[in-house]
Amino acid sequence: MSHNTLLVFEVTILVLAIFLGIEVISKVPTLLHTPLMSGTNAIHGIVIVGAMLVMGLPHKSTYLWILAFAAVVLASANVVGGFVVTDRMLEMFKKREPAKKVDASQDGKGT
Amino acid sequence: MSYNLSNLLYLITIVAFILALRYLSNPAHARRGNQIGAVGMLLAVVVTWIKVGGTDWWAMAIAMIIGGGFGAVAARKVKMTAMPQMVALFNGVGGGAAALIGLAEIHRVLPEPGAPKVDISLAIVLSALIGSVSFAGSMVAFAKLQELIGGRPITYLGQQFVNGALFLGALGCGIALTSGVQDEWLLWVTVGAALLFGVLFVLPIGGADMPVVISLLNAFTGLAVALGGFELENNVLIVAGMLVGASGTLLTLMMARAMNRSVANVLFGAFGQVTAEAAAVAAGDGGGSVRSASAEDVAVMLAYAHKVVFVPGYGLAVAQAQHDVRQLADLLEAKGVEVSYAIHPVAGRMPGHMNVLLAEANVPYPQLKEMDDANPEFSRTDVALVVGANDVVNPDARNNPGSPIYGMPILDVDNAQAVVVLKRSMNPGFAGIENPLFYNPKTVMLFGDAKQSIDQLIQDVKTL
Repeated sequence: MSHNTLLVFEVTILVLAIFLGIEVISKVPTLLHTPLMSGTNAIHGIVIVGAMLVMGLPHKSTYLWILAFAAVVLASANVVGGFVVTDRMLEMFKKREPAKKVDASQDGKGT
Repeated sequence: MSYNLSNLLYLITIVAFILALRYLSNPAHARRGNQIGAVGMLLAVVVTWIKVGGTDWWAMAIAMIIGGGFGAVAARKVKMTAMPQMVALFNGVGGGAAALIGLAEIHRVLPEPGAPKVDISLAIVLSALIGSVSFAGSMVAFAKLQELIGGRPITYLGQQFVNGALFLGALGCGIALTSGVQDEWLLWVTVGAALLFGVLFVLPIGGADMPVVISLLNAFTGLAVALGGFELENNVLIVAGMLVGASGTLLTLMMARAMNRSVANVLFGAFGQVTAEAAAVAAGDGGGSVRSASAEDVAVMLAYAHKVVFVPGYGLAVAQAQHDVRQLADLLEAKGVEVSYAIHPVAGRMPGHMNVLLAEANVPYPQLKEMDDANPEFSRTDVALVVGANDVVNPDARNNPGSPIYGMPILDVDNAQAVVVLKRSMNPGFAGIENPLFYNPKTVMLFGDAKQSIDQLIQDVKTL
């Protein structure tokens, strides 16, 4: 694929992702704003893949290696911390089965 | 692993993330959604590891153990009340990683024969710039919420000008790079200016507005990650980063709307700077005196009421008093008192903060009333018990056009027959604004740590 073809393709999926992101969370109840913020925070931890890709480059200088190493450290803190914090928050919403139904019906009205 | 195979596996990760966000919209299966997202992330890491591990696989493992270990311990140990600053911290390091990738990439592409493609250098510059702002801004937000630095807005003369100059400076270096100046130190200058800008940008914003700021910085990090995807020609970074960028932006707007303010007003309004007019009005109101009561008095008021509404705020979170509040509520219910909780959407430090805490204490959901449902009920409420809330019950938001929070929807606790405010001292709240509610003749204050006060109330109600 030529560089420009790839670029157009990438821009296409970028724009689609914008609409998808808006669509997917537009009906979230206030109740879940905090876990949602935390959950999306974990998802941008995907930057770890980028950090690993840089780290895996062949023939890199020590300078590049150090930058990449630091990036992997930071990104893995983002990933693990993000998912664990979100899980701890959501754990609290899981307890009572009947209560949840009441809540779900309110969500429909509220938004 | 081939390019196509790894991209197909990354597609599974993308689907997992989309499902995670969808599931997060409903309390019933939000947790499963988060787990699906985590599995998707694990898949992407393993795929990448196999793909490029090579001779450096051990270094990647060490880096992941250090970072992941820190993340796991910090996230496990943190108290529920400190969650907001944890989110800020983890958001910041993600932005930092994106900025470092930008610095590494510019080092790699500049010496290659022929100038780097404009779109690549543009992506590098923007991701380094936005990632740095997000990193520095998140660290300041963390420090404010952790109370390492004061929560009050910090302002000085010419602030907007300095911020603007820094931002333009960062942008200028970036433009020079994209237009073919082959000096990688320009990117370091960009990053340095962006870091400083991030600090100065968040410093003037009051602690009460931090949730909106963290949400915005979260969107920033997402955007920086998506741009990183352009640098590295990697789809999963583009899609996942942009999902967060878009959803984070929407979430920021929704939160600002819940506070009845524009995002621009939150970011640049130097919230909490009391105008001269408001100060004058507050001084006038301050003529009234504050009544303080003992726990016994309050216990009697509560036990003989027909309807009591709890109004929780950040003080409840700080004191970890949610279980005690639940206990007191149970005790009152046993005495035939009708109990409910009025939840302001931005009470606490994050939207939904109170819901999380009260859910932890197993408070039945039907007792939790959102603001619009709670407000009409105050007129037939005997006692509104305000537990560590301040700005969200400040009548100035309704009555005083000079107040910085004028126009913000509040809980109308002053419509109740009596108001009891549990508060540590007469210090103004996190946003640093006077609250005339405390001078209202209907109001009595019960000073002390919220948890101790509630415990005392429990003892006293039991003996009645």
